[in-house]
Amino acid sequence: MTSTRVIKVDYLARVEGEGALFVQYDDAGVHDVKLKIFEPPRFFEAFLRGRDYREAPDITARICGICPVAYQMSAIHAMENALGIEPTPELAALRRLLYCGEWIESHALHIFMLHAPDFLGYESAVAMARDHPGIVERGLELKKAGNAIVSLLGGREVHPINVRVGGFYRVPEARELQPLRQQLQRGRDAAIDTVRWVSTLPCPKFQRQQQHDYEFVALQHPDEYPMNRGRIVSTAGLDIAVWDYDVTFEEQHVQHTNALHSVIRQRGAYFVGPMARYNLNFDRLTALTRDMAADIGFPPFCRNPFQSIIVRSLEVLHAFDEALQLLDHYRKPDQPWTEETPAASTGYAATEAPRGLLYHRYSLDETGTITDAKIVPPTSQNQKTIEDDLRLMIPRYLSMAEEQLRSRCEQAIRNYDPCISCATHFLQLHLEKRS
Amino acid sequence: MTEVGMVETSGIEASTAIEPPPKLAVWKFTSCDGCQLSLLDCEDELLALAQKVDIAYFMEATSRQVAGPYDLSLVEGSITTPDEAERIQQVRRQSRTLVTIGACASAGGIQALRNFADVEEFTRLVYAHPEYISTLSTSTPISAHVPVDFELQGCPINKRQLLEVISAFLHRRQPQIPAHSVCIDCKLQGNVCVMVAHGTPCLGPVTHAGCGALCPGYHRGCYGCYGPKENANTAPLSHWWQTELGADRADLIAGFRNMNAAAPVFLRESLAVENGAATKANPVPEKSAPGPGQNPDAPLGKPGP
Repeated sequence: MTSTRVIKVDYLARVEGEGALFVQYDDAGVHDVKLKIFEPPRFFEAFLRGRDYREAPDITARICGICPVAYQMSAIHAMENALGIEPTPELAALRRLLYCGEWIESHALHIFMLHAPDFLGYESAVAMARDHPGIVERGLELKKAGNAIVSLLGGREVHPINVRVGGFYRVPEARELQPLRQQLQRGRDAAIDTVRWVSTLPCPKFQRQQQHDYEFVALQHPDEYPMNRGRIVSTAGLDIAVWDYDVTFEEQHVQHTNALHSVIRQRGAYFVGPMARYNLNFDRLTALTRDMAADIGFPPFCRNPFQSIIVRSLEVLHAFDEALQLLDHYRKPDQPWTEETPAASTGYAATEAPRGLLYHRYSLDETGTITDAKIVPPTSQNQKTIEDDLRLMIPRYLSMAEEQLRSRCEQAIRNYDPCISCATHFLQLHLEKRS
Repeated sequence: MTEVGMVETSGIEASTAIEPPPKLAVWKFTSCDGCQLSLLDCEDELLALAQKVDIAYFMEATSRQVAGPYDLSLVEGSITTPDEAERIQQVRRQSRTLVTIGACASAGGIQALRNFADVEEFTRLVYAHPEYISTLSTSTPISAHVPVDFELQGCPINKRQLLEVISAFLHRRQPQIPAHSVCIDCKLQGNVCVMVAHGTPCLGPVTHAGCGALCPGYHRGCYGCYGPKENANTAPLSHWWQTELGADRADLIAGFRNMNAAAPVFLRESLAVENGAATKANPVPEKSAPGPGQNPDAPLGKPGP
């Protein structure tokens, strides 16, 4: 006779936003797993309607204070797709530099302040700093370097003000970028130390059996590690243009959460984020990054989500390395932005937010007023995969004490760096579909 | 995990039995997390701060939760659900000093754009899905629900100003946060005026300083993310936009209805423009007006008859 037990976490700590976990299990197995998102809906898609297309980057940035650049980039690329303009190579390079900054600050925040405390048994980075001051200071130094890029190009770290449809309001002179160089060089060294350090963390061994294998989904581009452009590909052979997103993926309404679950039609859950990018684009990482992976004996394909902290550290190294290359080759764009003319149209874009694929779609009327908006953030795409992980994982850990098992579940959720603030603005869209 | 023991032992060093450090709490309501992130973005000061104060409740940064009361509560986000309206009362009861951080907590945030939505349409949507009825039809600032000791404006806040506010309240003095306009900061920085020189619409003359006059420095007009300055005079600016810059009413309404759409001064101006400049015919209650018994769910931005 086995009694049913329940793991309840009413308010998950060290994630962005408000979420809860409910797991019901006994010795026979796991009966119920619910990752509840109780963050209140904010209705972004609704109030974007009627706004001018040029306002979308600044409005959608407010969906997330952790990854505002990602929202600005997806919004801008979608508008440019609608209006048929292409950024010049110089403008595209500057955007990439800005995005490197956001990847660095967001990943450093997650590695050192949100995730590493799980591996070493601390409640927070501040507590960890009492025993490991050098490690936490290194994390803060990395984060600061990422923020320095975003501040310089964007004006400020949170909700930058300098990007616009077509390009930037103001582009820097080459000499203005030079002060970044030393900081980024030091940061790259600190990133190498970080890769070595995270590879020594005690890491739970978890791998799904073949019948439950993940489908990893990320952008892919022939010339670069994916950020702003490319096709959407997967480890199960998906290979589509971004404008085919809606026919390939669908959002399912699930009762217990304020975010919709995104699935591949007729196939189910999938996995976006650093591990998906890494597994699908390893050969496009910089040589230094690939060498470091080899140096710590980390394979080019990773199936253990607890090791996402290692993948994130490799992406931080890649971002520093690439940012330095972009600085070396910087040529100030002739024009800060490309002029566009509004037209009745629909535009699509997906970019790689730190947490994974971020899809935007907008319809405009002939004056450039937004008539329809759809935004699919990474966390709602990973939500089902997170729940499935817990369902498959818990039976192996039944010998653990309850407190330990709860911690392990929380750590498993943090593997995905869920951004719950991002995931919760779907409600209105769903309601409108039904009405 | 066995490592948990390390946490226990590492706390012992606080044995200098003088006064316990003040307790800081950070609370989240409806928001994007960006303002509380500003605290973690203080990379050079964070660890020093953590030695001066006891970070007793800060869910984004730590799983440690120390019970109240708290000496200083920083509140991010606006009130958009009945549960939040209840929770803010609890937070106030546990907080000696309560400071709101950011446009959501201080003015309702960008989600207050729902306050302008057709309420009938909204209700129909809600009734179609009664399970979601727990969402209020308005987004309101913290001050509409409980007394607030200080409001730090900005979408997002400036992290230097946040440190100033924390420091001020820990030393029981008033924070030094200038309430003048973005224009003053532009002059101090020697920025060329984008409105006069380039004809770019700018909300700088009526917007609270604090960002460092960022947008004009990057050759764009201020879009008002810091909310209204003290004694902002919006009507002459609207007039200037229309007569000198060729802006139409839709431009003005969009300009004032952004991250601080429900801030009383901006709200009044957008309604005045919408209703044909009949400002005095459409009085809007001041933000300090709501008292006990006032329905926080009452629509803020309902156009006058």
